[in-house]
Amino acid sequence: MFSRIVTSALFAGAAAGLIAAVLQLVFVQPVLLHAELYESGELVHFGAQAATAHPDLPGFEPLRDGLSVLFSMLTYTGFALVAVALMSLAESQGHEVNGRTGILWGIAGFVAVQFAPGLSLAPEVPGVASADLVARQIWWTGTVAAAAVAMWLIAFGRNWAMWGLAAALLLAPHVIGAPEPDGFAGTAPPELASLFAARAFGVGVAAWVLTGCFAGYFWRREGARTA
Amino acid sequence: MTTKTLASANARFLPALFAAVLGLGIITLTGHVQAQALHDAAHDVRHATGFPCH
Repeated sequence: MFSRIVTSALFAGAAAGLIAAVLQLVFVQPVLLHAELYESGELVHFGAQAATAHPDLPGFEPLRDGLSVLFSMLTYTGFALVAVALMSLAESQGHEVNGRTGILWGIAGFVAVQFAPGLSLAPEVPGVASADLVARQIWWTGTVAAAAVAMWLIAFGRNWAMWGLAAALLLAPHVIGAPEPDGFAGTAPPELASLFAARAFGVGVAAWVLTGCFAGYFWRREGARTA
Repeated sequence: MTTKTLASANARFLPALFAAVLGLGIITLTGHVQAQALHDAAHDVRHATGFPCH
C-alpha cells in the first residue's frame, strides 16, 4: 500500500511539477524578473516620466531556472504524496478514484493550498512590504490546513452541519486576518504586482488540476498493476 | 471492533499517514525552511506558488 502511494505520487508530482515549472518560466518568471529590476533600483516608476513597460529582461539562466524546475518537481511531489494518501483513504471508504475524479481533487488542492492563503496573502512580487515572515508562515500553514479539512468535508460530508463547518473553516482565517505590514514600501508598479498574482493563480490552477488528474490516474494504474 | 478489522484499518491508515508526513516534510523543505541555500534555490518557485518567501 505504501509503495503504491509513493510510486503514484512520484509519477504524478514529477510530471505535474515539470509542466508547472515550464508554465512558470514562460508566464510568471518574466514578471518576476521585471519586478526585480524595480527591487534593485535599476528601474523606478515614480516621477514625471513613465517607466518603460518593455525593458530588457535577463534570458534563461541555466542554474537559477534549473533549480526552479527541480524545486517545482519536488514541491508538487510533496503535494501529490499528501493527495494520494488522502485518495487511498477515500477509496477505502468506497469513493471512486481515477484520472477523471482526480481533476476534482486537483481543484480542491488548488483551493486549499494556493487560493485560500492567497486570498489574504496575495502571491508577492519581489520587493513588496510584508509582515514578519514566521507570522505569515504560521498563518499560511493554518489557513491551508483549515481549507484542506474544509474541502474534504465539502466533498465527503453528509449533512449540513459538516458543510456549515467547512464554510466556517474557509472563512475563519480571513475574518481573523493575515499578518499585514506596518507600511507600504513596494517598489514594483501595481501593473506588475497584479499581473504576477493573476499569473501565479492561473499557473497554479493548471498545475493542480494536472496533479490531481495524474495522481488519480497513476493511483488507479498502480492498483491494477499490483492487484 | 475485532482485532482483524482493527488490523485492516491500520493497514490502510498507517501507509497513508507515513506518505502524508513524507509529503508535508518535502513541502516544508521546499516551501518554508529559510536556510540560505534552500531559500535561494527555491526562491522563484516559492514566489510563483504563493509561499511566504522573504
